[in-house]
Amino acid sequence: MAVPTIVRERTPQLIVLVVILALNAIISPGFFSIEIQNDRLYGSLIDVLNRGAPVTLLAIGMTLVIATKGIDLSVGAVMAIVGAVAASLITSGYSLPATLAGSLFVGLACGLWNGALVALLDIQPIIATLILMVAGRGIAQLITEGVILTFNDKPELIFVGSGSFLSLPMPVIIWVVVAILAILVVRRSALGLLIEAIGVNRRASTLSGVNSRVILLAVYAVSGLCAAVAGVIAAADIKGADANNAGLWLEMDAILAVVIGGTSLLGGRFSLVGSLMGAMIIQSLNTGILLAGFPPEFNLIIKAVIILIILIVQSPASQAAMAGFRTNRHTVAVKTENREHAAR
Amino acid sequence: MRTLNLLAATAFATALSISSAFALTVGFSQIGSESGWRAAETSVTKLEAQKRGIDLKFADAQQKQENQIKAVRSFIAQGVDAIFIAPVVATGWDAVLKEAKEAKIPVILLDRTIDAPKDLYLTAVTSDTVYEGKVAGEWLVKNVGDKPCNIVELQGTTGSSPAINRKKGFDDAIASHANLKIIRSQTGDFTRTKGKEVMESFIKAEGGGKNICALYAHNDDMAVGAIQAIKEAGLKPGKDILVVSVDAVPDIFQAFIAGEANATVELTPNMAGPAFDALDAYLKDKKEPAKWIQTESKLYTPADDPQKVYDEKKGLGY
Repeated sequence: MAVPTIVRERTPQLIVLVVILALNAIISPGFFSIEIQNDRLYGSLIDVLNRGAPVTLLAIGMTLVIATKGIDLSVGAVMAIVGAVAASLITSGYSLPATLAGSLFVGLACGLWNGALVALLDIQPIIATLILMVAGRGIAQLITEGVILTFNDKPELIFVGSGSFLSLPMPVIIWVVVAILAILVVRRSALGLLIEAIGVNRRASTLSGVNSRVILLAVYAVSGLCAAVAGVIAAADIKGADANNAGLWLEMDAILAVVIGGTSLLGGRFSLVGSLMGAMIIQSLNTGILLAGFPPEFNLIIKAVIILIILIVQSPASQAAMAGFRTNRHTVAVKTENREHAAR
Repeated sequence: MRTLNLLAATAFATALSISSAFALTVGFSQIGSESGWRAAETSVTKLEAQKRGIDLKFADAQQKQENQIKAVRSFIAQGVDAIFIAPVVATGWDAVLKEAKEAKIPVILLDRTIDAPKDLYLTAVTSDTVYEGKVAGEWLVKNVGDKPCNIVELQGTTGSSPAINRKKGFDDAIASHANLKIIRSQTGDFTRTKGKEVMESFIKAEGGGKNICALYAHNDDMAVGAIQAIKEAGLKPGKDILVVSVDAVPDIFQAFIAGEANATVELTPNMAGPAFDALDAYLKDKKEPAKWIQTESKLYTPADDPQKVYDEKKGLGY
């Protein structure tokens, strides 16, 4: 996949991102200034990359799930579970590698649970993952025994959330590495194509020899794993596991990032780069609102209005109206196929 | 769930058979255990009852009013001497409270008040959240003196009553001091994560934090998150930026020990102590207590032996 293609396909997202960053720079003149503080890069732009880490990671897993025409509502709760597991492992005296391995394993298990409900039992993804979304916080509460489980004296785990490497905050490095790995795996192999095929028509792809069960299990497992990484970062960031609030409503932000990134909720063609840009758009918006200093009552309204504008600009109707010659024939084709699939 | 109920019922029955050994039997319908503070309130209530030789029948409503109403009815059926309720919602209590009144069992509300005729309950023991904000504000006024001081405020969840009231009380306290000014105020949703993120943006927006003299957080958790943000920006919390907050949860005392926070106003988990005292006076001398008993909003600073307070509080299940 050549770079210019990516740029051309993601023009709307790129424009939105640039506009929002420019707005932020107007609101807060020092927005783009980056300096070195305590041996690490420091500035609002770095904050956007750093604070955006959880949603970015969730969006990577969510993109693959949505591409199969599924959805994963449980990622926020999985973050809470994994944060609780990480905190309790490290405070029980386990080493950092053991803690991380245990935490990621729990995330993987949560993802496989969702995958099993969807792929093996054919339960609708929205309901299948709703189970863990609701139960997950309870599980996390049980692990932390209802308190915020702190680990102020465990610098090795705290490093994952607020340390830095090569002057970059660790969360940024982690999400960039995970994103590159994910893009390489799905685009340098046929896996991405097979995921899209399942999203367009699961039965047809099964009949043509795609092992759809295994791939569905795998995408939910990856989503669980991404949520696990996000959960460890979120806990390490505040040096404690907050079962009530860790990852709260982040599944919605992740879905939004995927949609803003140009992946259809109807499944089929997906773009990981688009979702990453979507996540950055959302975080730039959040940071901008905080920097603007409006009364907090306006936060959600401003966010909603700007997202509405973005979605209107990106909607197929206005895309067609603005650039008739550049109508995305592929999207139309996918949609038609989906409609046929639904009508079957 | 069924088994649990059954177990609870068996436990009740066992408790009932030995209750005659106690002077008083009090039923306590607790909301649930949604927060560390709630867990601490439960354990303090049990401790206070034990201290007074009162047989406390405890029922956890798991955030549901119907469970609370059920618990109150079962307390009435068991003929307890008094009923404590920490009401989960404000409305819908009239019927069951009338039943308690007919059975001549006094009811005391803990922590929250309700919308019901005042003659249906004996008294309500709650904290005054406006006053909590005022105590925090007055501490800052006293400690800043005449120097100009720009304050940033981390509000609780937008629209929640503690957020509104703690803001109001603080605003009132600093209103007559022109040198104290809130320059930025944003919600941190009462959480550590948001407290940290919002504080990061405050610091960036205010010249790297140099314009900020003090932070007022509506709860300790946000303050703990903000303290990390201040440290990561290369500033010293507690010195470069004063930190004052509300709640007095154990972790803020750790910050006191590290010299990173300056003051907190306690939202005491001991609502039961004053309630037992009022009940005692009512049952012994027929003395009607006031309809509202305000708990003490105690100010803690690092001068108050934080290690000792931390150790005491840690055991309460915060």
